[in-house]
Formats: sequence, C-alpha cells, structure tokens
Amino acid sequence: MKKFIPLLFAGLSFGALAIGAHAGEGALDAKHISYSFEGPFGKFDKAQLQRGYKVFKEVCSNCHSMKLVSFRNLSDKGGPGFTEDQVKALAATFTVHDGPNDKGDMFDRKGRASDAFPWNFPNDEAAKAANGGALPPDLSLITKAREGWHGTFNQLINGIGGPQYVYSLVSGFQDEPADLAKEKPEGKYYNPYFVNGPWISMPPPLSDGLVTFDDGSPNKVDDLARDVSAFLAWTAEPKMEERKKTGFEVMIYLAVLAGLLYFLKKQVWRDVH
Amino acid sequence: MSGPSKYQPTSAVGKWFHERLPIVAFAKDHALDFPTPKNLNYWYTFGGILAVMLVVQIVTGIVLVMHYTPQTDLAFTSVEHIMRDVNYGWMLRYLHMNGASMFFIAVYIHMFRGMYYGSYKAPREVLWMIGVIIYLIMMATAFMGYVLPWGQMSFWGAKVITNLFSAIPFVGDSVTTWLWGGYSVDNPTLNRFFSLHYLLPFVLAGVVILHIWALHVVGNNNPAGVDVKGPGDTVPFHPYYTIKDGFVIVVFFMFYALFVFYGPNYLGDAVNYVPANPLSTPSHIKPEWYYLPFYAILRSIPDKLFGVIAMFSSILILFFLPWLDTSRVRSGRYRPIFKLEFWIFAVVCVALGFIGSKPPEPVYVFWSRILTFYYFAHFIIILPVLGLMETPKPAPNSISDDVLGKSSLMPAE
Repeated sequence: MKKFIPLLFAGLSFGALAIGAHAGEGALDAKHISYSFEGPFGKFDKAQLQRGYKVFKEVCSNCHSMKLVSFRNLSDKGGPGFTEDQVKALAATFTVHDGPNDKGDMFDRKGRASDAFPWNFPNDEAAKAANGGALPPDLSLITKAREGWHGTFNQLINGIGGPQYVYSLVSGFQDEPADLAKEKPEGKYYNPYFVNGPWISMPPPLSDGLVTFDDGSPNKVDDLARDVSAFLAWTAEPKMEERKKTGFEVMIYLAVLAGLLYFLKKQVWRDVH
Repeated sequence: MSGPSKYQPTSAVGKWFHERLPIVAFAKDHALDFPTPKNLNYWYTFGGILAVMLVVQIVTGIVLVMHYTPQTDLAFTSVEHIMRDVNYGWMLRYLHMNGASMFFIAVYIHMFRGMYYGSYKAPREVLWMIGVIIYLIMMATAFMGYVLPWGQMSFWGAKVITNLFSAIPFVGDSVTTWLWGGYSVDNPTLNRFFSLHYLLPFVLAGVVILHIWALHVVGNNNPAGVDVKGPGDTVPFHPYYTIKDGFVIVVFFMFYALFVFYGPNYLGDAVNYVPANPLSTPSHIKPEWYYLPFYAILRSIPDKLFGVIAMFSSILILFFLPWLDTSRVRSGRYRPIFKLEFWIFAVVCVALGFIGSKPPEPVYVFWSRILTFYYFAHFIIILPVLGLMETPKPAPNSISDDVLGKSSLMPAE
C-alpha cells in the first residue's frame, strides 16, 4: 500500500506534464507587463486612466460599446479623476437619442453626465453588418472576461491577466507566418494572442501617434495599448481601490480580534489541559 | 441531553413564562450547558463555521435580492448594477459568491473529519445521514445560485447539468422539459431557479436544526472515538467551545476576506463575465470547483446514463457509509492501515477534482477511470474488508486519559 502513493503521484505528474503542452487554449500567453493597480495596495494611475479614456473614445468606441459605464462614473472616487464639470462638458460633446417626448417623437439631445456611454450602432445587428459579420464585444467587463494566461497556481499569484490580454491583443498584430498565409480568411487579420484565434475580424486598431495627448505623453502603439488596457481594467472593476482599502481595514480588525480571542481561549481552557 | 435542566427562573415573570414555554431553559441547556467532550481538536470547529456561513449567505443573499432582477434580459446587468451603483454592492456580491466557496471548503473539511474519526458510526448514523442530506441541498442551492447572474457559464452550466436528466430511460426528455419549464434553458428556468435558490437555504436551516438535534441526542464524537463515561470527560459548551469556535471563526473569516478583498474572482470563471448567449458555446464548459470531482466521475464513463448513475452514486454512497465501515474501532487514530488509506482517498478526491477541471483528453480520461474505480473501491471493498482484517492499536480508556496523554493497556473495545 505504501508504495502506491509515490506511484500515484509519479503517474499523475507525468500525465500532467505530457498534456501540459496542448492543455492551453491555443492562443499565446499574454505579455507579462505590470500595472500600477496590481498587488494589495495597488492603485489606478489617474493620468493613465484619462489617457486610456481618450484612446477608448477616439479609437475603440468607433465599433465597441461600453454599456455598463456612465459619464458620471468618470468622476467617481477611485477612477480617472475627472472633475464633475469636466464630465458634464465631456458628456455634452455626445449626441444621445432619447424620447419619446410629449408629442410622441424621438429626438436627439446633448449627452448628460447620467447617460450611459453611447454606442455608434443602434443594435447588435447593425454593428455586425458594419463589421464584416462579427460583433465587436462590449468592453465594460472585457478585462474580467478574458484570461491572459492559465493555470491554477499561476492565476493565484499573477491574476487572470485580463488587462495584459487586452494589451497584448491590441499591440500584438503580426504578419501571418508563411505556412498559414493561404488559410487566411477574407477580411481577417492574424493575431496570435486572440483567444478564438489566430484569425480576428478586428483590424489593427492602433498605430504610432494615432492619439495625441495634451501633456505630450508618449503615444507609440505600446503606450496607447498600456493606457487603454489600464482604462478597461478600471471599467471592469471600478470599486477596486475601495475594495483593497476596505480589505486592509477588515484584515487588521480581524487579526486583532483573533489575537484577543486566542488569549481569551487560552485563559478559559487553562484548567482543562 | 443528560440530567435535568439547571435552569431556575429567578423572577416571577420568568417563572410564569417558563411554565408556559420553557424556551429559556431549552436555550440554556442546548447552547450553554450542553456537555461536550473536552478533547475536541480544531477540526471539530468546522460545524460552527458552517452554521455561521449559512447565516452569512442568507443575510447577504436577502440584500442582494433587493437589487437583483430574475429576467434573462436584465439579470446580468442587474448584477453589474449591484457591483457598480449599489452602496457596498460589490462587497455583498463578492461576500456571497466567495461565501459559497468557503461554505464548501468548510463542509469538505467537516465531512473528511467525520470520516477520519468515524463520526458516522453507531450511534451517530442518523446524524451522519442528515449531514449527507444537508450536503445534497447545498449542492443544489449553489448550482441554482450560479445560474442567476446569467453569464455564459451560468447558462451553459445549467444546460449541461439539466441535460443529464435526459439520460433517464423513457421519461428523460419529459423530465428535462419539466425542469426547464419549456424546450430550452430560458426565462422560466431562470425564474424557477431563482425561486428555489431563495427557498432552499431556509429548508437547509431546518435540516441543520435536525442535524444539531440529532447531535444533541447522541452527543459529540471525539478524536479518541471513545464514549463519554462521566462528567469528568466533558466541559459545558459555553464558555469552552463558544470561545474556541469563536476564535476559529474569526481566523476563517480572515481566510475568507483574503479572497473577497484581494482575489474576488479567483475561484470563479472569467467566462461568466460574458452575458449568456445561447448561440455561442464556450470552448470549455466546467462547473465550479466544488463539483469537479463528481464532474470527473461523470465524464470517466463513456455511456451517458451510466455516467449519470455513477455521479449520483458517488454521493449517495455516503448514506451507506455507517454500514460499509465494518471496523469496531471508531477513531482512525487507532487504525494504522485505515489512517494511511484515508489520506490516499483524500488525494484521490483532490486528483479527481483536478481532472474535472481539464478537458476530456485521453490522459485525463485514463486517470479519471482509475481514480473513479478507487473512489468506489474505497467504500465498497476497502472499508468493509479493512475493518475485518486490521488490528487496531489500543485506544485510551476514557476521554480524560486521552487529554492526559495516557495510553491504555487494554486493547480497544
């Protein structure tokens, strides 16, 4: 019986190794870049979120929706840190389809802070028709819905790599390898990071200098990808800073309470042992 | 409960009330004075942890329901509304979804503790079987709760699990239609799962009361596995175990908080942040971690019907455990071979869980069959035979001897 355990472990680990090579999802692991918001005390970089918002607005939002985020969220605590006036002004640059009014007609009006981020398309079908039959996914939760890498322990240490996935995807377009060239479907692009890849309907969205920042921040593809992926990390988890701060307070409180209870327990039990 | 109640009403009002409803005496006898073996170790604190987790789930759940909408077009966004717009909604939801995992971590430790110390053996068979019923209700409740956010894995998980019932001969398709409330997983399915997800925790609370009742009839087992022989073997539940359980509950909460605040989605599946789409199947459908061993058993068998039978049998077999274990010695501590075999069994369960999380590729299927065989062999072959063949080590004469570390000169029982 005792010999069975090492055998079992050996067999299992061999099995795991043998399969490890193609157990993944087929796509390349995302690039391991780091962000300011990682770790138990990590916070969003407000300037980066504002830059990321600009990239999203000028580039991504041409096709993608952001249905779960409202303009007012842009001035929420723990977010990009726009002021309320900035948000009002920024919302007013959008036109929102609203109605019906008291005559029963639909009408267009200026955006308000309470509006959800408007989408360029009236419905999914219109978006598909304009994008070669592929629906651009809503980006509100994209960094929580995509994994950059896999593995139970890997994800415990490094997280699921959602922002890194977005970063790698938008900056990772390549010319297809020669042996795959003749498989290339019409109107698709080669992207080894794409989860359902390697052929993706989205054309490379970023190019060097595509978006310019007022403060002259660097705007190469790599910079734009970092900024927009950080912004999308915030849209997916807007309460992250509050969560980590509360968590720290909760842990301190529980640790002190546990300590007190431990000594109380020792006191109560001293005559029994 | 041994002996008459120690409760004496001190005031006239108290006496008047006691003669009409002796609930204060009942509470004092069962929550404060209840004689509890004094040698219980920390593995015995998980019952208390489970009771607290049930309360946490019910309280957070009731508040979540105030903001949730059980309708296929709105369910996903209403959960995100909780995460984004409701004050501390993110905390309530993360507490509830990680609370389910903590509940299962605690219940698995509680069950393995019972198996190691032979807590299912006479006279605690009914106590154990009520526990198995609790476990089954927990699994049903957690499964239906996972469907409620109406993400991709909610939808496809519901589809895969309810489809299992279609394997039943002759009536299978009718049963699944009945479960779904239609011809596919859709709004009626979500509505009934929501209704039952709200109902079952209260059923669970009722069965937990039966579990505690059964416990208080026969008394606790203990690590030595010997019966209580006199008042010297026990201490009153309060303050001894209220304080000990209280300490461990706070430590457990720290573990829980680590997930809630620093890795709230680690135990979940990223795909569930994509809204349900009946037209797009996720590449890799898998249930939450706590079902994975059973999922592996299901997939280890090539035939759907027999796979389903094996999966349900793997849980239902626990009902027969009190009679499958033939050993006359209760605690595994004094059973050298069983002790080793117990850990092999535990590793087998974890390994099955690991395989359940993997795609059904040949290497995994091969190992899942061997491990499934071992899982059943543990109950049907090893435990009955081992109990008859094994020579146990001497158990202590009494709980007091156990606490003092005296080993008995007498052979066990």
